[in-house]
Amino acid sequence: MAEYVALLADVGLKHYLVVSGILFALGIYIVLTRRNAISILLGVELILNSAGLNYVAFSHFSTGQVDGQIYTVFIIMLAASEAAIGLAIVLAIYQLFSTIDVEATETLKD
Amino acid sequence: MEIPIHVLVFYLVALVVVGSACIVAFSRNIVHSAFSLLGTFGGVAALYVFLGADFVAAVQVLIYVGGILVLILFAVMLTHRISDIDITNRTVGRIPGLVAGAVFLGILVYAIAGTDWAKAREVAFEPTTAAIGNLFLGEYLLPFQIAAVVLLVALIGAITLSRKEIKE
Repeated sequence: MAEYVALLADVGLKHYLVVSGILFALGIYIVLTRRNAISILLGVELILNSAGLNYVAFSHFSTGQVDGQIYTVFIIMLAASEAAIGLAIVLAIYQLFSTIDVEATETLKD
Repeated sequence: MEIPIHVLVFYLVALVVVGSACIVAFSRNIVHSAFSLLGTFGGVAALYVFLGADFVAAVQVLIYVGGILVLILFAVMLTHRISDIDITNRTVGRIPGLVAGAVFLGILVYAIAGTDWAKAREVAFEPTTAAIGNLFLGEYLLPFQIAAVVLLVALIGAITLSRKEIKE
């Protein structure tokens, strides 16, 4: 029992990795189950956040250099452009179909 | 056993991150989902501060909380009538999704717990902005320029997609 308490109290790389793993799994769950296009985008944002957290945690606990933080800045930038494009597509779909349920908008298949 | 205060703060922040991410995932109301994303983004910014990444934390607050979240809220408000929001945040296949997520998380935690990670060395908490700026304009100059082009393309693409087509 005492060793588990000691493991929990000694916050290290594992703790950050578990937090980002939980974020990633929740993002996967959202992307798999939601049928609202904006909700799916929320899930993708969670996944990108967990990836950025991983980069910063690894760089802090391995070398202490800022290289990992550079990649996190790139991830944030890509997430911003992805959100802009994705939401523009969602708005265009809404004007066309009056709904953003991804199962109602599958006419590209035909 | 005495638990240091920074450990308690870490678990508080981790609880905020995971709890609001759970609300994002399981709430039936998309406005609640979008607003609780605020807790996740802010909590991750706090975790960045714990890791000594002050610049990244500031960028996270500015871009995620100030930019992306506002954009998402705009999109939610523009595509829903407030009265019927609870119908439109549909989920299908909850059980397979939960099983897939849980299995994935289990594998991840098993791998994380089983690996003997290098022990953390003592890192001095210094301002990182100058070092990041030097790297961006030195070693990472090409990715930096490509990122600028990507942002430009994304902006033009978003404008093209969302404007109204006016034909003769």
